[in-house]
Amino acid sequence: MMIGLYIAISRGNLVKKIMGINIFQASVILLYVSMGKVAGGTAPILIDGRSEIVYSNPVPHVLMLTAIVVGVASTALGLALVVRIKEAYETVEEDEIVALDRAEDAKDLATEAREEAGKAASEGGVA
Amino acid sequence: MGAPLCFLLRKEALASAFTVAISFACLGISFGLLEQTMDGQILVYEFGGWPRPFGIEYRIDITNAFVLVVVSLVAAVVFAAGPGQARRAIPVGREYLFYSAALLCLTGLLGVTITGDVFNVFVFMEISSLSSYILIALGRERRALMAAFSYLVMGTIGATFLLIGIGLMYQMTGTLNMVDMAVRLQAVSETRTVLVAVAFVVVGISTKLAVFPLHQWLPNAYSEAPPIVSAFLAATATKVAYYLLIRFSLGLFGAALVFDRIGIDTLLMPLSVLAMFVGSIAAIYQTDFKRLLAYSSIAQIGYMTLGLSLATEAGVAAGLIHLFNHALMKGALFLVAACVTWRMGATKIAMMRGLGQRMPLTMAALVASGLALVGVPGTAGFVSKWALVSAALEQDQLFLAFLIMASSVLAVVYIWRLVEVAYFAEPDGEVERREAPLRLLIPTWILAGMTIWFGLFSDFSVDVAEAAARQLFLGLGGGV
Repeated sequence: MMIGLYIAISRGNLVKKIMGINIFQASVILLYVSMGKVAGGTAPILIDGRSEIVYSNPVPHVLMLTAIVVGVASTALGLALVVRIKEAYETVEEDEIVALDRAEDAKDLATEAREEAGKAASEGGVA
Repeated sequence: MGAPLCFLLRKEALASAFTVAISFACLGISFGLLEQTMDGQILVYEFGGWPRPFGIEYRIDITNAFVLVVVSLVAAVVFAAGPGQARRAIPVGREYLFYSAALLCLTGLLGVTITGDVFNVFVFMEISSLSSYILIALGRERRALMAAFSYLVMGTIGATFLLIGIGLMYQMTGTLNMVDMAVRLQAVSETRTVLVAVAFVVVGISTKLAVFPLHQWLPNAYSEAPPIVSAFLAATATKVAYYLLIRFSLGLFGAALVFDRIGIDTLLMPLSVLAMFVGSIAAIYQTDFKRLLAYSSIAQIGYMTLGLSLATEAGVAAGLIHLFNHALMKGALFLVAACVTWRMGATKIAMMRGLGQRMPLTMAALVASGLALVGVPGTAGFVSKWALVSAALEQDQLFLAFLIMASSVLAVVYIWRLVEVAYFAEPDGEVERREAPLRLLIPTWILAGMTIWFGLFSDFSVDVAEAAARQLFLGLGGGV
């Protein structure tokens, strides 16, 4: 659990982040499955006339079936997003993407300032 | 429910008409449900006829029905505004996918609200979250992708935390049904497992709700998403998360455990106050209209959680009233942003110079809902702030009441910035009256009008919220 969470937080690589989350989710699935385990229990299939058999609890398994689907879906969606990010930024490193965004912001601000200056100059010229 | 069908429709016009029809049907049904539950009756629907501990049930009391109305109301209005917007964001021929995702998101949100099974809550929450990641990623700029990605990371971690919490509770009680669990948790509420479960659940939901220190995903997600999507999500997603926080803390764990024993309120209160101030101050410094709105959302969520942290009936009622009112105002404001985007192509505040002359109706809606956000008497915001302040005073928290007032003043500052730019700054170039299309304008005004309507005639929202709060404090088992 902690390993997955740690990867998700510490790594800058987006693919690794997704994988970290995946490990995190998988460990929670194991947590559930371990809850349902009864010592010496077997698969819950009813056998006639044998009441002494100990069964494992099937409910957590059923729940985890759904949780696995959710996990797969979010992993797939995350990876799909990474593909789109790669297309748009040509990198999957978080710090590089942040740097690219910052550069864009700075450029925007510069053009805005230039326009303002230009406008002020032209107004000054008219007056 | 409607989403797979919508996927099959393919044609854009068909799909959008279908989406609107579905959302209005939901609105009608939720009003019907609210009417039935108002007298304290609890509606239960058992799936497949299995009785409570075995089967999954839908369970509707006043609180659920109230949140259902809020969500479906906003969905109906916003989706009605959707068609033109979707066309701009998405490749031609793929629009039906947008509507499918939107309907899936609606399904998830309604499902979270309505269900009486804790595991179902997780599943529905992930349905709505996954589709909202898709919707956010549709934003025009490449940053939208990154915003959706970081939302996905935060959202998934939050949901997994919730899953751990649910698992621990299941381990202690052996049931997933909320009513059964609430009863059985009483017996084991002193064990460490349950305390850890409370912690996981609260942190998980708070991530989704964007409670102050966990809000990092919200500004990017809301400001980069297509405007119509931000309008929908801002007005619904966090509201549902807030409902969930109330439901888990009051209904499931019980006020005694959450407030008296663990003292969530002593943690939540300073965080809410911080959120109110940090959110508002950050909003003042934004240069982008939608970003400003997103930060102000964080502040408004602070008001809601403050209501919960007062740990009284009046406080929770105030939180619920604010939930309703804030959904209206933020919906309206983000729709204004959609109108501005429609005309100007972006939402930089610098671009909005002189818009008061160019788009008078849109900007009037901005003023109306902006005033509501500030909490001017006669608007919906005043009603909820009044409720919150009186709830604080009821507990002799004079200082807290003062803080609520003070943070409202900050809201004046950022709303005034917008108004000043729109009405008092010289417009660039020629002034030309070009309104946003009616299809966008009408929904905007429906929501903006409602903020005023519910400010003047607040009986509906206040009565329902108070009844809901009363029922909540009875506990889940108490109403049966």
